[in-house]
Amino acid sequence: MNDNNINAQADREELNSGMKTETTNRGGAYSNTKATLALAKASFRSIIRSPSAVVFTLAFPLIFILVFGFLGGGGTHIDVGISPGPDLKNPVVGMLEKTGMIRLVKDKSKEDFAKLLEKGNVDAMIDVHRKVNSVAYSVNVVYTSASMDKGNILKSVLNNLFYDKNLKPSIAEIKESTVHGREYKTIDFILPGQLGFSLLSTGVFGTAFVFLSLRQTLVIKRFFATPVKRSSIVIGEGIARIGFALIGALFIIVLGNLFFGFTLVHGAITVVNMLVLATLGVIVFMGFGFIISGIAKNESMVPPISNIVTLPQFLLSGTFFSIEAFPKWLQPISRALPLTYLNDAMRKVAFEGVGLWDVKFQIMILFIWGIGIYAVAVKVFKWE
Amino acid sequence: METKKAIISVKNLVKKYDDFVAVQDLSFDVYENEIFGLLGPNGAGKTTTLEIIETLRAKTSGEIIVDGFSVDKHAHEIKQIIGVQLQAAGYYPNLNLIELIELFAGLYGANIKPMEMLEKVNLQDKAKAKYKALSGGQKQRFSIATTLINQPKIIFLDEPTTGLDPQARRNLWDLITEIRSNGTTVVITTHYMDEAEQLCDRVAFVERGQIIALDTPDNLIDKLVSSGFERKKEVKKANLEDVFINLTGKEWRE
Ligand SMILES: Nc1ncnc2c1ncn2[C@@H]1O[C@H](COP(=O)(O)OP(=O)(O)OP(=O)(O)O)[C@@H](O)[C@H]1O
Ligand SMILES: [Mg+2]
Repeated sequence: MNDNNINAQADREELNSGMKTETTNRGGAYSNTKATLALAKASFRSIIRSPSAVVFTLAFPLIFILVFGFLGGGGTHIDVGISPGPDLKNPVVGMLEKTGMIRLVKDKSKEDFAKLLEKGNVDAMIDVHRKVNSVAYSVNVVYTSASMDKGNILKSVLNNLFYDKNLKPSIAEIKESTVHGREYKTIDFILPGQLGFSLLSTGVFGTAFVFLSLRQTLVIKRFFATPVKRSSIVIGEGIARIGFALIGALFIIVLGNLFFGFTLVHGAITVVNMLVLATLGVIVFMGFGFIISGIAKNESMVPPISNIVTLPQFLLSGTFFSIEAFPKWLQPISRALPLTYLNDAMRKVAFEGVGLWDVKFQIMILFIWGIGIYAVAVKVFKWE
Repeated sequence: METKKAIISVKNLVKKYDDFVAVQDLSFDVYENEIFGLLGPNGAGKTTTLEIIETLRAKTSGEIIVDGFSVDKHAHEIKQIIGVQLQAAGYYPNLNLIELIELFAGLYGANIKPMEMLEKVNLQDKAKAKYKALSGGQKQRFSIATTLINQPKIIFLDEPTTGLDPQARRNLWDLITEIRSNGTTVVITTHYMDEAEQLCDRVAFVERGQIIALDTPDNLIDKLVSSGFERKKEVKKANLEDVFINLTGKEWRE
């Protein structure tokens, strides 16, 4: 009791002195930024302490990467026809063989290849011959619209073999140093897909769970008793979620690069480009999360509804297999999903080393999705 | 209580939930630096009234002024000068008490030392504990600590002592008295009449969304006694609990 009284005395003085400083403080304007950042910090702390977030964002994608990383050549194959000629042991063909991703089809006539190309039974045809009076080779590639996707992969393979001098129908001057260029691995296909999946899970599940539980456990109600703005709550949560997703993405990219030789054509710049895409992706996916948090009645409804959003994208957006592997009637569905475009852009940026401007089409589709989703989210999102 | 300046003024407050009228034509003033009690049976409309004053719920009609600010136009300003303990509220998951206080400091834009806030409610030993891991009484004390972060002019406590043991209750009374002696106005609801009698300068009895009595506990008791009321079997004349039962009846409320 005595102790209490002493404490009380001390507290009173503190409160009193507090009151004085406060009268001067109160003149200052309330800072929305400070509130937003406080929320972002709190949310970020909460996320990294929640096991499910860490599992979905890091563990799952890493496991898949590990599995496929060790499986090695088990991924996509590109069938490339080599047009008959005298010089099949040339270094270009040798390099193509080494990539492990490309299956060379030989011993067929040009006419046979033309038919196979038409049906998409081979993904491209390549013709290599030495230029007259020259040590350089001329490379002629014929793609097929029946298999544009794989053709594109081949294109990037060649791109990398020849750096950017690639398919000028002219001469590819293959020097020894150039030929030992990048090698294409399964990881280059798998990692962007897993990254996309990681962003999708974090964005959808994380956002849906957090806002539903903050609403249901009346955390948001208590927030509303403070001067904080609704936009601060959303933005603060968003910053934390995006920050966490980007750290996860960076982790996956760096790990993939160090241990599985994931190709980053322009090094750090490629990573930055990928992170920009990741940010855009996770913002779009968070929109799904907002919608789900609004329509779910309780926490147990979040996983099933979230799966309706994530599963089709997980399966149909080229996470594991190229979209081309699906039946024709499924492909339009694949091409409607936002993750398809994120994966596509990620691969182009990482694989081919293109800049963001070169994937503007994919970015535009993601923007359109974003606008659509947030238009719905604004309607169905519930604060209480 | 010589200078009775109203810091909260509620005029003709009405709140309807669809057809159901939860608060009908409520009017009262809360004076600066008093402890004001809202008493009444379950479902009387106490929480509804408080949350409308706290700008957390919309009213159907009426006028409310809090320290010169109208709830209609200046909710943001009101929120900066009040501290709120809700009857039911949660705190951000996975954070410890210090981190939660830091969060609220950010939300209020207040510059405080989190540990000092916890010391005020004697929770310094639980600084690293999660809110979930606190006992009922500790939770209540923590809630009260969060109401003090912005050094408010008024704090609202909705049943802060419900579920507490007698000691914890008395400790909280000390804390509340102390907060008041620092110049803060306190609005409190409770179902414990001994508590209201002990703590409150004035109490309002709410019944079915209407105020049926408003005075100091002393006056209310005196009035009842002078009307010829006598406690059965007991020498003492009456306490506030008698006033409560007498005013609001004995039957069960949902
Ligand atoms: N959101 C709501 N929608 C519909 N009715 C409501 C809502 N909130 C409260 N009510 C009703 O309004 C009435 C007053 O509720 P309120 O919570 O204000 O009572 P109270 O006096 O605080 O009760 P208690 O002592 O149990 O806390 C009750 O009949 C309640 O059922
Ligand atoms: Mg209540």
